[in-house]
Amino acid sequence: MHPYLPHTQADIKAMLERCGVGSLDELYSCVPGELRLGRPYALPAQKSEPELARYFKTDIGDANKEMICFAGAGWYNHYCPAAVASLMSRSEFLTAYTPYQPEISQGTLQYIFEYQSMMCELTGMDVSNASMYDGATATAEAVVMAVNASKKRRRVLVSATLAPAVAQVVATYAAGARIILETIAEDDGVTSRKALEEMICAGDVAAVVVASPNYYGILEDFDGFADLCHEHKALFIINSHATTLSVLRTPGEWGADIACGEAQSLGMPMNYGGPGLGYLCCKRALMRKLPGRIVGATTDAAGRRSFVLTLQAREQHIRRQKATSNICSNQGIMTLHIAIYLSLMGAKGLQRVNRMSADAAHALAGRMTATGKVTMKYPGKHFLNEFAVETVAPLTADDMLGALARNGILGGVKLTENSVLVAATEMCSPEDIDRYISILNSL
Amino acid sequence: MKIYYLPSHEYIKVDGSVGFIGVSEYAAKQLGAVTYVDMPDEGDDVEAGEEFGAIESRKAASDLYSPVSGEVIGVNEDLADDPKLINNAPLDTWIIKVDISDPSELDSLMDQEAYDKYLATL
Amino acid sequence: MNKELYSPLIFELSQEGRKGFSLPGYTYGETSYSLPAKLRRAEAPSLPEVDEPTVVRHYTNSSGNNFGVDSGFYPLGSCTMKYNPKINEAMVSTAGIAGLHPAQPAQSVQGALCVYRGLEKALCEIGGMAEFTLNPFAGAHGEYTGLMVIRAYHLDRADEARRRVLVPDSAHGTNPASAAMAGFEIVEVKSLPDGTVDVEDLKSKLDGTVAAVMMTNPNTVGMFEKNIPEISAAVHAAGALMYYDGANLNPMLGVARPGDMGFDVMHINLHKTFSTPHGGGGPGAGPVGVRAGLEKYLPSPRVVEASDGTLTVEDGEYAFGRVSAWLGNFSVLVKAWAYILSMGAENLALSGPLATLNANYIMNSLNDLYLQPIPSPCMHEFVFDGLKDKSGGVTTLHVAKALLDYGFHAPTIYFPLLFHESLMIEPTETENRQTLDAFIKVMREIAVDATNNPDKIKNAPYTTPISHPDEDEAALNPILTYRDLVQCQSNTTL
Repeated sequence: MHPYLPHTQADIKAMLERCGVGSLDELYSCVPGELRLGRPYALPAQKSEPELARYFKTDIGDANKEMICFAGAGWYNHYCPAAVASLMSRSEFLTAYTPYQPEISQGTLQYIFEYQSMMCELTGMDVSNASMYDGATATAEAVVMAVNASKKRRRVLVSATLAPAVAQVVATYAAGARIILETIAEDDGVTSRKALEEMICAGDVAAVVVASPNYYGILEDFDGFADLCHEHKALFIINSHATTLSVLRTPGEWGADIACGEAQSLGMPMNYGGPGLGYLCCKRALMRKLPGRIVGATTDAAGRRSFVLTLQAREQHIRRQKATSNICSNQGIMTLHIAIYLSLMGAKGLQRVNRMSADAAHALAGRMTATGKVTMKYPGKHFLNEFAVETVAPLTADDMLGALARNGILGGVKLTENSVLVAATEMCSPEDIDRYISILNSL
Repeated sequence: MKIYYLPSHEYIKVDGSVGFIGVSEYAAKQLGAVTYVDMPDEGDDVEAGEEFGAIESRKAASDLYSPVSGEVIGVNEDLADDPKLINNAPLDTWIIKVDISDPSELDSLMDQEAYDKYLATL
Repeated sequence: MNKELYSPLIFELSQEGRKGFSLPGYTYGETSYSLPAKLRRAEAPSLPEVDEPTVVRHYTNSSGNNFGVDSGFYPLGSCTMKYNPKINEAMVSTAGIAGLHPAQPAQSVQGALCVYRGLEKALCEIGGMAEFTLNPFAGAHGEYTGLMVIRAYHLDRADEARRRVLVPDSAHGTNPASAAMAGFEIVEVKSLPDGTVDVEDLKSKLDGTVAAVMMTNPNTVGMFEKNIPEISAAVHAAGALMYYDGANLNPMLGVARPGDMGFDVMHINLHKTFSTPHGGGGPGAGPVGVRAGLEKYLPSPRVVEASDGTLTVEDGEYAFGRVSAWLGNFSVLVKAWAYILSMGAENLALSGPLATLNANYIMNSLNDLYLQPIPSPCMHEFVFDGLKDKSGGVTTLHVAKALLDYGFHAPTIYFPLLFHESLMIEPTETENRQTLDAFIKVMREIAVDATNNPDKIKNAPYTTPISHPDEDEAALNPILTYRDLVQCQSNTTL
């Protein structure tokens, strides 16, 4: 038969007899004839393992070209210790279902508990769920959660400096939930405080969403934002990409009620955009409004420390349409990735990653502007590992990125016809930067 | 104090213009050990037949509906620490206290006798 | 295993000064960037400080407290816990996607886009649909995406009155929850005693306010909805669309296609039917297919074929919006594509009937001791309403827990909600007859013990790392982080 289909013809015959039917087809007597497919699938024939490996190597792998990465836009090329992938591939973890049976799922439950603890340390919040799909959906769910918590308020203010893809997912979820989204204008690359004040004073605001580092890589100053939100009974939501949380003033320190964002930057392979992981953390007062799985500690009948899924009354399998969300999973094995990665890196490793990334980005920015081919789009603004440049005419963003790409370098992400978002990480060597600059110089 | 019920098993005990709202013994038994009660804030308005909160046990959750309209003038803070009070003595454990704005709304509710009959049909 | 040495949380193994990373000593220039104090966090996060061997032992030992498909039989109804082939995992690295940034120019990622396109076309053939998006991250996310397509379709026709979605009472909880998130009101449709949808009740609820009917076929009790042609016709006549919850697609492989049943929109759980690992909860993938005429509403970004045959990534002009930053859980798509190719047309078509055979074999081997509320045959899964002899007070929960001692995962319990003691079993096609026989034997022993020695079953499990955790206490006083735990421990010692 096939390596994954164990039955022999003799097995099938004996089993059909036990069922009291004469053929496999007879088991489907309830399926009306006109609905039957009645023909083989028009799909490729079976490939053996060597054939499959050859196909994935030549047709797929060889048609992909890894580039020296200076792109970010929410997705970063960071180092990951080899032990992470090795441990994640353990099939006791990888092939398990959601931990509904705590007696035989302590492995999964314990690493989720460790993950929740670590994300609370990074964000400065009290509570974390077991993760969301990605940073964009985590932010969208944060908005829905805030509106539900506010009961009758429908307006949500979102900073124009949020990444466009994240803003679009938020807008999609808001449309479904009949939330009125309004954009807070940006002022020189950061959220306009004046615009925010005016908008929030108009009332009925459930939440304010800002980002730091924002889409342009700028570290925003949210001094006074939390008070302003709370005076108007709005919740304050901060989106950050997770690596930066280890050095930046935390959402907790800014007075945020909800912290959310993408955690791919914690050493996950880029994998052409997925899987990543969305983290979602909040203050304790909002704990029961959190969507998704949550793991808690308790004791078993013998007094042993045990972990279980808890606060389940929020969830779809109990509350159905009144659930806090439809989510019934999490990013599973990616939460294990984070628990292992953060254990190995520790606070010092993360500091080093941020320091190296910021040093590389600042060195690159300085040398790029020194070529005279580009200028900083937002001069004077603080940034860590990502920044925006404007090309000096006649050079365009396409010219610049095209020339770099021809030399195997992903030079950034195009913002407009004449601006580019550039990121660096500890994976960029000084030689990589030299190459980048020499190509830019040649234009 | 006279007591009235909703078909969704909330009761209201009436003392002048003040109503004490909780859940019936039947509801408390159905839910099992209560783990959390989601309550409105003092000063919020509730409306007859509308949700004002929710009650959760480990494996169930139900919304709470208000029998009358009015302003919330008190919430039972004891429930935050000890939600099982509802299981121990549901009729003595009110959840919110409401200033009843329209006493005529009480007329459409079940009294004890009607509620007992209703329970017999379930 | 030495529980005292190896069971602590990773935080409890922390020793100041240890480290588990190795980074280059590059310097990028003479001065390094320093963050202004105002933007810096006050203190470093309290993360563990551990060496690499400690981390490896910690997680290796903790994996021993887990049960996966590779550990043993996982008869979890509605979850399709089939074998997760190892070649799928290997192909992710062979495909060379690990180092691809999602913003790379299309010409540098033709291989990745070719996987996306190939899988999309295969799912179209299997689902009987015109086009798929592979962006949704999970089944529930797919449901949401599909409902947003339906919403966009009605709004595009300026048919704004369609605000309701009909959902059978046997549906997965995600159906009503997804419909609510997409802004719809939910109307429940009754089931008949045999577990199928009550067609008359459904028809009585159809009118100009209904946007869609969501159905699972076979449904959650493992019955094929034989009236589906009649239902589809009535729903379409009322101007509404048919949504197919693909959670139970597995038994339909090789037999029938949702598109041919009259469904307009569907999702597929790649982590069920197409063998990608569940990962203890994720990452999954929930591609959404639509019939011809609805393609334009699919979410951005889309993979599009240019006239020269190359593939590009574009936003759709009529897309209802966006549900993901990039093209979904990409490595999961690679695994599903590897699975389809290594099965091939012929073996894929056999999977459905063999899964159905396994389910019927178990059902017919146990229905003298367990209560079978639904007539035979079943599809890929079936429900028992607990034991036939309930005199010992042994419930479905007890049976489920007792199985754990024998090296089996528990079935799905207390779902669907149609029966009080639901015990839902789905074996999948990848289990051999010896495994099924061993499971049957244990289930029979449990049933006999339930009558003769009920306390033995009620107190199980005995051999698992923990037993009878206090879940009420967990919900009453939530301890959700290591910080909470330390706080709680210091309170108790005081």
